[in-house]
Amino acid sequence: MAFSIYDLTSFNQWVDKGLNSVMSPLWATITEMAIIGVVFLLFYAVVGLFLVYAERKICGFIQCRVGPNRVGPYGIFQTIADFIKLLMKELVPINKADKFLFNLAPFIIIIASMMALAAIPFAKGIHAIDFNIGIFYILAVSSMGVIGILLAGWSSNNKYSLIGAMRSGAQIVSYELSVGLSILTACIMFGSLQLSTIVESQADCWLIFRGHLPAFIAFLIYMIAATAETNRGPFDLAEAESELTAGFHTEYSGIKFAFFFLAEYMNMFLVASIAATIFWGGWMPLHIGHWTGFNMVMDFIPPAVWYLGKTAVIIWLMMWFKWTFPRLRIDQLLTLEWKYLLPINLLNILVMALVVLMGWHF
Amino acid sequence: MEINELMFVIIGAVIILFSIFTVTSRRILRAAAFLLFVLVATAGLYFWLEYQFLAAVQITLYAGGIVVLIIFSILLTSNVGEKIDKVETKKVIFSALAAIAGAILCITTILQQQFQATDALAQEVNMKVIGKSLLNYGENGYALPFEVISVLLLAAMVAAIVIAKKSKTS
Repeated sequence: MAFSIYDLTSFNQWVDKGLNSVMSPLWATITEMAIIGVVFLLFYAVVGLFLVYAERKICGFIQCRVGPNRVGPYGIFQTIADFIKLLMKELVPINKADKFLFNLAPFIIIIASMMALAAIPFAKGIHAIDFNIGIFYILAVSSMGVIGILLAGWSSNNKYSLIGAMRSGAQIVSYELSVGLSILTACIMFGSLQLSTIVESQADCWLIFRGHLPAFIAFLIYMIAATAETNRGPFDLAEAESELTAGFHTEYSGIKFAFFFLAEYMNMFLVASIAATIFWGGWMPLHIGHWTGFNMVMDFIPPAVWYLGKTAVIIWLMMWFKWTFPRLRIDQLLTLEWKYLLPINLLNILVMALVVLMGWHF
Repeated sequence: MEINELMFVIIGAVIILFSIFTVTSRRILRAAAFLLFVLVATAGLYFWLEYQFLAAVQITLYAGGIVVLIIFSILLTSNVGEKIDKVETKKVIFSALAAIAGAILCITTILQQQFQATDALAQEVNMKVIGKSLLNYGENGYALPFEVISVLLLAAMVAAIVIAKKSKTS
C-alpha cells in the first residue's frame, strides 16, 4: 500500500485494518484509543517544551539579550533540563488548603485543553474527531479551563491566589464573548461549523483574503480576545507577578506548577491553531486563482508543514504582542472588551452577513 | 460486552456516583466540583448517543456557564476551612425517603414504557437544520420560545445593570 505525506487517510485505514485483523473489534477500538491518547500526550509535551524555549529565545531577542545558550547548542536542551528540575522538586503540601480541589485544579485545565486539541485538523487524514459542530465543540470544552483556574485560586487559601482567580474569571468570561462572535463572523462565510469542511472550503483562497475587510477585522478581534483568553501578556492580570506574586498558581510547586505552565502554552498553541484553521486555511496550501504553476508548487509542501508553519507564525505574533505592550489594568481590560471589541464585533457580523448575502467576496 | 454498553455503564456509574457525592459533601465548593463532573458526564452521555450539538450545548451552558457562576458566588461568600453544619438525623431520613420515593416513581414509570429499538442509524443533525428551526415560526419552529428567552435575557441584563450602577447621590 502506498502512503503519501499529502494524504494520511490511507495510512489510518491501514492501521485500522491491521489492528482489526489481529484482534477482536473491542480490543482494536481500545488499542486505537490508547494509541491516539499516547500520540496526543507526546504531542502535548513536545509542543509545550518547544514553546517554552521559543518564548525565552524570542523574549531575549526582543529585549536585546541572548536568551538560554548554555545547555546544548543555542540552549535547545534548556527546557528539558528545566523540566527534569521541576519533576524532581518537592511538592510543598499546603496546610490549610482544600487538598482535593487543590490537586484537582491543574487536571481540569489540562483536560480542557486536551479535549479541545482533539478536534483540530492537523493535516489531511490527521484529525482525531471531526464533529458536525467542530468549532462549537472546541469553544465549549475550552470554556471549562476557567473552572480549573477558579478552583486553584480558591483552594490555595491565599489572598493573592484568590484575587488572581477572580480577575481571570472576569477576564475569561467576558473575552469568551469576543472569541465566539469573531469565530461566528468567519462561520457566516463558510456556512458550516465542521472543521474539515471549513478547511476544504478554503482551497481556492484563505478566508482572510476572501472575506476582505470584515474577515480581517474578525481576525484582529480574535487575536486580541484569544490572547486575553489564554491569560497571556498584556492581559496576564491573573498572574501579574509584580502585583500578585503569581496569581492563581502561587502555592503550586514542582510538577503541579509545571502542569499550569504547560497548559498555558498549550492553550496558546490551541488558539493559534484555531486562528490558523479558520482564518488562514489550516493545512490548506496557499492557492491563488488560476495560477496553476504556483498552486502546484505550493501543493508540493506537505499539509502538516503548512499547518505547523501558520500556527508558528501566529504564536510568534502573540509572543511579539506580549513582550511589546505593558500590562493592562483590570478596568482598562473590561472597558476594552465591553466598550470597544463587542460593539465592533456585532457591527462586523452585520457587515460580514451583507458581504456574504451580496456575494462581494471571491 | 460490547464497547457501547461498556461506555454506557462507565458514564452512568460516574453520573450516579458524583451525584451522590454532590449532595453528601459538606464542603460547598467540593460539591460544586462534583456537580461539574455530573454535568460533564451527562454531556458524555449525549456524545455517546451521537447527538453532539446537545452535548456541546450542555458543556457550554452547564459546565462553562452555570458551574462557573456557582463557583464565582461561592468564591465571593465562603472560605476554605468552612464546612456546612451536619444535618439533623431526622431531616436526613426524611429527605432520603423523599429521594428514594421519587427514584422509585421514576424507575417504575420508565419500566412500564415499552421501548423499541429502531434499526435506523443515528444521524448527525445538521447545524443548518437547527438554525432554521430555531427561527422558524411555521411547523416545528421555535421562534416563539427563542424570542421569549431573548426578552427574558434582556430583562435580566437590564436588571443587572441597574443593580450594579453607582447611584448619583453617594
